[in-house]
Amino acid sequence: MRPFLFSKTTALDQALAKKNATTQFIAGGTNLVDLMKKHIAEPESLVDITSTLSTKIEPNAKGLQIGAMVRNTALANDATILAKYPLVSKAVLAGASPQIRNMASTGGNLLQRTRCPYFYDITAPCNKRKPGSGCSAIAGENRMNAIVGYSEQCVAVHPSDLCVALAALDATVIARDKTGKSVSIPFKDFHRLPGTTPNLDNNLSANAIIQSVHLNENTFAKNYAYVKLRDRDSYAFALVSVAAALNLSGNKIVEARLASGGVAHKPWRWLEAEQFLKGKTANAATFEAAANIAIKGLKPLAHNGFKVPMLKGAIETALQQCLNP
Amino acid sequence: MKQEYNFSRRFFLKTSSALGALAFIPKGVKAFYEEVKNFIVPKKEQLPLTVSINKKSYAIKADTRTTLLDLLREELNLTGAKKGCDHGQCGACTVHIDGERALSCLTLAAMVPGKQVTTIEGLANGDQLHPMQQAFLACDGFQCGYCTPGQIMSAVACVKEGHTKSVAEIKEFMSGNLCRCGAYNGIVESIQKVAAS
Repeated sequence: MRPFLFSKTTALDQALAKKNATTQFIAGGTNLVDLMKKHIAEPESLVDITSTLSTKIEPNAKGLQIGAMVRNTALANDATILAKYPLVSKAVLAGASPQIRNMASTGGNLLQRTRCPYFYDITAPCNKRKPGSGCSAIAGENRMNAIVGYSEQCVAVHPSDLCVALAALDATVIARDKTGKSVSIPFKDFHRLPGTTPNLDNNLSANAIIQSVHLNENTFAKNYAYVKLRDRDSYAFALVSVAAALNLSGNKIVEARLASGGVAHKPWRWLEAEQFLKGKTANAATFEAAANIAIKGLKPLAHNGFKVPMLKGAIETALQQCLNP
Repeated sequence: MKQEYNFSRRFFLKTSSALGALAFIPKGVKAFYEEVKNFIVPKKEQLPLTVSINKKSYAIKADTRTTLLDLLREELNLTGAKKGCDHGQCGACTVHIDGERALSCLTLAAMVPGKQVTTIEGLANGDQLHPMQQAFLACDGFQCGYCTPGQIMSAVACVKEGHTKSVAEIKEFMSGNLCRCGAYNGIVESIQKVAAS
């Protein structure tokens, strides 16, 4: 690890005043400490913000406000989350291990870096780690990598499970920029596609801090599912995951949400399939047709062609599970 | 692992001979050298920390880079928590922080003051083993024993959290602790035993 200076703040303006290009915030540390050990993150100073940000989950006029410092375990076990946004709990519990969920924060979960093996190997070129150095994964071992939305420069995927649920539920990220101004970013615009700047994971402005995540009231508390397929049953990153939620009126689908992890540089919404499901009868044939729409036009890499049929099955299974959550 | 540095060998020779020559140069230039050095060389910081481990308070100075695991093992000689992978993938370093299981290898020691840490050494009551330690002995919950302190700390938390309703649930909530010997069946049995008592 590169030596660094350490300080702790208790107020937001204090933390923002300290933040610059060579200073990083630390909350749970489950990703950052690891990246520092591997010399991928090399901040000159760290600011401990665990006592700066909210650990509360509070209802407000339009829905629910989740403090950035709410730990993953607390989020998954929260009574309001379980009653009104159970998909969030399901997704959180599908990720990491109990130890890591006890440590990891909500804000930090959004800011996780990719787990692409070449990003972690500092002897290999990686445009995300070192812009302009090249992408080792695109012609390398890429079975874990993207099948949609990638570029010539980067085929990494976003590793979060929570973010897939937040994308499906159209959450909003509330942040404070360096000047102290409050900004809110719709979840679909929070994470970026790699394009020509794969070093940037998200659209949070430089030196800003995530304060909370907002969830609007929704109609998806009854029929929802999170299906995660991985190399082992637990404690592994997704090959493919699907968050599905249906608003049903009898057997008719009023509204549907479908999002995936493990397929792209950001949590991916299957908007065309969602549109197709609207107004249809909820049955196996409808679900299969929706899955076929989702997988249409996907471009797997040399080693991850298996993700396409896997995704199709995962979407069908998730939609089926929505009927009996 | 090979690291990328932005300094070439030539740069090193040039700067080191230049810096050597500086020893014969008056004070003002030396001050300038200090300034340049401070700019180039990363700043190391020793932090005075007061940490509470197993209900005992320790006042200690540690480099900011020290993880809780290294603090325990290298500074306080509490070698129960093990360094398996040092990257949060194996669970051998599991301890309790404020009563909740956590990975000491991914926790900076600098973030621990004000919190109560319990390690495997703090589990027994004198010579009286903790029920989970007893159960691991009774059910063959280990072979080589390297992952065992982490397994036991995780198992104690698993029972406390109430995730013991089925074998499947125990397995899911113990998935953060790997065992290369494959003592999983004995570990699950140990947890069932303690949960039932």
